[in-house]
Amino acid sequence: MLIQICVGSSCHLKGSEELVELFQESIEKYKLDTEITLAGSFCTGQCNRTGVTIQFDDDIVTGVTTENFRDVFRQRVLTPLGIRE
Amino acid sequence: MRKFDTKVQYLKYKVLREVARQAWNDTLLENLLEIPKIIVPGKEPTMRCCVYKERAILSERVKIAMGGDVNNPNCIEVIDIACDECPIGGYEVTNACRGCLAHRCEDVCKRGAISFDHQQKAHIDKSKCVECGACAKVCPYGAITDNVRPCVRSCKVKAISMDEERTAVINNDKCISCGACVYQCPFGAIMDKSYILNVIDMIKKSENNAKYKVYALVAPSIASQFTYAHLGQVIAGIKALGFFTVVEAALGADMVAFAEAKELAEKGFLTSSCCPAFVSYVKKQFPDLAPYISHNLSPMATIAKYMKEQEPDCKIVFIGPCTAKKMEFHDEKVKPYIDSVITFEELQALFDSKGLDITLMNEDVLDNASYYGRIFARSGGLSDAVKQGLKEHGLDDFDLKAVACDGIEACRVALLKASKRVLDGNFIEGMACTGGCIGGAGCLTHGEKNKAEVDKYGKEAYEKTISDAIRVLK
Repeated sequence: MLIQICVGSSCHLKGSEELVELFQESIEKYKLDTEITLAGSFCTGQCNRTGVTIQFDDDIVTGVTTENFRDVFRQRVLTPLGIRE
Repeated sequence: MRKFDTKVQYLKYKVLREVARQAWNDTLLENLLEIPKIIVPGKEPTMRCCVYKERAILSERVKIAMGGDVNNPNCIEVIDIACDECPIGGYEVTNACRGCLAHRCEDVCKRGAISFDHQQKAHIDKSKCVECGACAKVCPYGAITDNVRPCVRSCKVKAISMDEERTAVINNDKCISCGACVYQCPFGAIMDKSYILNVIDMIKKSENNAKYKVYALVAPSIASQFTYAHLGQVIAGIKALGFFTVVEAALGADMVAFAEAKELAEKGFLTSSCCPAFVSYVKKQFPDLAPYISHNLSPMATIAKYMKEQEPDCKIVFIGPCTAKKMEFHDEKVKPYIDSVITFEELQALFDSKGLDITLMNEDVLDNASYYGRIFARSGGLSDAVKQGLKEHGLDDFDLKAVACDGIEACRVALLKASKRVLDGNFIEGMACTGGCIGGAGCLTHGEKNKAEVDKYGKEAYEKTISDAIRVLK
């Protein structure tokens, strides 16, 4: 799975770097480094009022924040991969 | 409101703006021959001996605005009919010579080149004179002047000479395309080729970024430019031109600083590779040192490479202060990543060709890079960033001795010492322009405050360390 975190200006200011850190921690925690490639992207044109835009393969999810990160990670990564928290 | 340093820049801008205006309207071909008349209407000359010469030169400027001579590989070109064939006499005695008794000029001249006529006025024997300038320094009346062409004086790599018609000629084997002569020629007879038409074409064919995205990659020296507006408004303006979004080249600088620190620690001695004019200078004048040029691509190419790897169809246009970048993007190693290069001067022309008043726009944001990536724009910034890079790699025990050189003369001194193995340093930060990129020939304005502006912009960065800024890009 390719996860592209937007590091464009708008998302960057809304904390994309903190989310990168959270993703890196979770990927390590669940030992998913062979399954998941983490990369940056520069704006998907969906700049939101809150949160960061993240693309999971072809699905674009907007409004990701450090608060809703766990939910998003469960829903978009763990569940599709059949992993329980 | 002062947009440019000189009237030459303003004239160049007017040509670029008109060419761009016609190109946006798809009327360039039909109105091509009218452009000089649009810029100089009427019968009264404003710059030269007659309007006809003015228009003839303007036609040449239009050609350069449209990409220039395709057979000339250099992006810097001489407009021969615009060259005023300035005096080239070197040191000469002027009418201000009072025929004094002291004859300091004679005493100081080691070559015995100075003699006096029956009115006691000094004369210089050109067959003996070595142009040292000592006589000019000691004359109490400042009566001895150095008649060197501004282009020749500005060219520190000695690439400019005169042909038999006394017109300036650029030796492409020596020229590093730094643009110093472009900025210094008071007649605007040396110009950098423009790729604005490629950029306009790219934007149009993207059909509002639907077919492919066109990214603008801006150099950090932008912080010192467009000072009549806010930086956020400049970003909004770039998007209004039709660019999909704006990315900081400074993020590439963060990536470079991080990689270069490691490379330096491994190799023990390195020169920077960020400035294309400096790299070209090393290759042309110090080929023995070429292996020590950092193997990292420039910040521009580094971040563009990453972007193209993520999105191969996208187009990337670099916007900066630099004419040498117009050479760099034709390099085989850089070509796949950068689609075109324009300068801040050209960006201003593009804004106005579309009638965009950026001072009326809402501020957009620009934030990708760290403090360290942003201060690459001024001399010394790269060295600070590499120092930080070493720290973040945990390579604190590597004893960095950076030699930050701005201006080709300073670079030459450091490179000479390095080639003789007597340089007190292990990292040469080479920037061809005085002050670093903020002194670039493609800047709208050059001023004392520019360095402070870049530092201020650096401090505003959201990310304080290089590792934070490039966390996901590593």
